[in-house]
Amino acid sequence: MTALPGAARGAGRFASAYGPSAVLLALLVAGWEAWVRAFDTRPYILPAPSRIWQGFWETKHLLPEHIRTTLGEAVLGLGFGAAAGVTIAVLVAGIPLVRRVLMPLLVVSQTIPMVVLAPLLIVWFGFGMTPKVVVVALWGFFPVAVATADGLMHADREMVGLVRSMGANRLQVLRYIAVPAALPAFFSGLKIAAAYAVGGAVVGEWIGASSGLGLYITRAQTSFRVDRVFVAVVLIALLSMLLFAAVHVLARLATPWMYVRTEEETT
Amino acid sequence: MNAPAIRVEGLEHTFRQKGREVRAVDGVDLEVGDGEFVALVGPSGCGKSTLLRVLAGLLVPTGGIAEVGGVSAAGRPGLVAYMPQKDLLLPWRRALANAALGLEVRGVPRQEARARARALFGVFGLEGFEQAWPAQMSGGMRQRLALLRTFLVPSRVLLLDEPFGALDAITRRGMHAWLQGVLAIEPRTVLLVTHDVEEALVLADRVVVMSPRPGRIVDEVAAPFARPREPGIVTEPAFVASKARVLAALGEGEAPVGAGEERTAPGA
Ligand SMILES: Nc1ncnc2c1ncn2[C@@H]1O[C@H](COP(=O)(O)OP(=O)(O)OP(=O)(O)O)[C@@H](O)[C@H]1O
Ligand SMILES: [Mg+2]
Repeated sequence: MTALPGAARGAGRFASAYGPSAVLLALLVAGWEAWVRAFDTRPYILPAPSRIWQGFWETKHLLPEHIRTTLGEAVLGLGFGAAAGVTIAVLVAGIPLVRRVLMPLLVVSQTIPMVVLAPLLIVWFGFGMTPKVVVVALWGFFPVAVATADGLMHADREMVGLVRSMGANRLQVLRYIAVPAALPAFFSGLKIAAAYAVGGAVVGEWIGASSGLGLYITRAQTSFRVDRVFVAVVLIALLSMLLFAAVHVLARLATPWMYVRTEEETT
Repeated sequence: MNAPAIRVEGLEHTFRQKGREVRAVDGVDLEVGDGEFVALVGPSGCGKSTLLRVLAGLLVPTGGIAEVGGVSAAGRPGLVAYMPQKDLLLPWRRALANAALGLEVRGVPRQEARARARALFGVFGLEGFEQAWPAQMSGGMRQRLALLRTFLVPSRVLLLDEPFGALDAITRRGMHAWLQGVLAIEPRTVLLVTHDVEEALVLADRVVVMSPRPGRIVDEVAAPFARPREPGIVTEPAFVASKARVLAALGEGEAPVGAGEERTAPGA
């Protein structure tokens, strides 16, 4: 054990993990600012970071409401998507006929561009929250379903044999082997879904909404406030990271054994 | 009805994989009485693990009979406590939960199952590691945990596939003493696979020798002295003679030795 207290060690690890990215990002932003000033680029073509900050400051009283709406849609959609994904995964992994029939259809479903589908969803579900949640769920269920089905189907056969030799029935095999074995895969799928969830909600809002970052972008565009578009882009990135990090924390809590070795090797 | 604990007759098994056929066991006959301890030795790949997997109900043989307590084991798991060659600890369960798995599968309440498992951690040299993840344990510790888990499976018949293979000589001797002690108090039927002829003769009533693949039984040697045995017996002439006979049957030693004849161990 090192003499450093846990918090300090954690902070040190955080700095060494994300420090280089932060430095690179700072350099890029500084370069961007310098470029815009040197060449006097028009703000409706490319606003400087300082201009974007100003745009953020001007609209900061509007933003919490939009963020709440978008994040709410993203989280709800992610929840429904994950639930649908797990259900499909169980069916696909458990019933060979379902696997053969459903798998190709699922892949095809992912080739439909969401910008085409979103207006239709608004026709079907109205302008409220529902069509946005549906977009996020439609986007999110696929990685969850594919990863979870994979995890369920690749449970170690010898481990299954071990609990069967103890007299386990099918349900117990599921409980003691298949489900825990599939959890890490499920969380991998959920992380991918989480990374796209906020973007999905914004696409849904972009077609038509009464609140949310998608609406904020539409308004900014119609008034040629490119700086505000960038404000929304940065917020979408931050919210996506937040959601991703939340899923990561959830994964650590639900599958602690997956993090035993890495912890030892990095300290 | 007095069926033997284990009865194997004319057992054969051929693995088929993409047109390739491997005949693993070929006409094995074996009977193990209730409370008897039989050790199975044979060259690598001769089908020892295959035989155990058939008896554990995990592999349906392509021919012959395999019964546990008079019931056919073919495709009927749950009749025995089986310790596979790989430790197969579940990475998502801590040591204590792994040990209690067999009891929990049989419906023993979790609290009680874990209390019973905890009580044995000291004996198996695992004290203080109840909350460790399998990934944090050494190979020898994992193997002892797997043996502990097998022992807690409530079944009178134990099938142990090289349970001490990963242990050093001293730990192994400690485990031998413990195993003999436990079996003296609570007798169980044991079929043990091992590569260690001395281990086989120290622990078992009878040592069964298999031929190279496809495995058949080529000899059977009764171990001298009554159980439980002291480790010191390995230098006794009767023990050495039995060992020479087993090694001969394995094709590793000299010609078989007649009963009662006194010989020194070859190459010892
Ligand atoms: N699932 C399988 N599919 C195909 N062949 C197999 C399978 N399992 C075992 N075999 C083959 O059957 C033969 C016997 O294997 P088995 O594992 O029973 O040997 P063993 O006596 O336990 O050997 P060892 O002492 O090395 O553990 C081997 O040739 C092996 O390659
Ligand atoms: Mg084997």
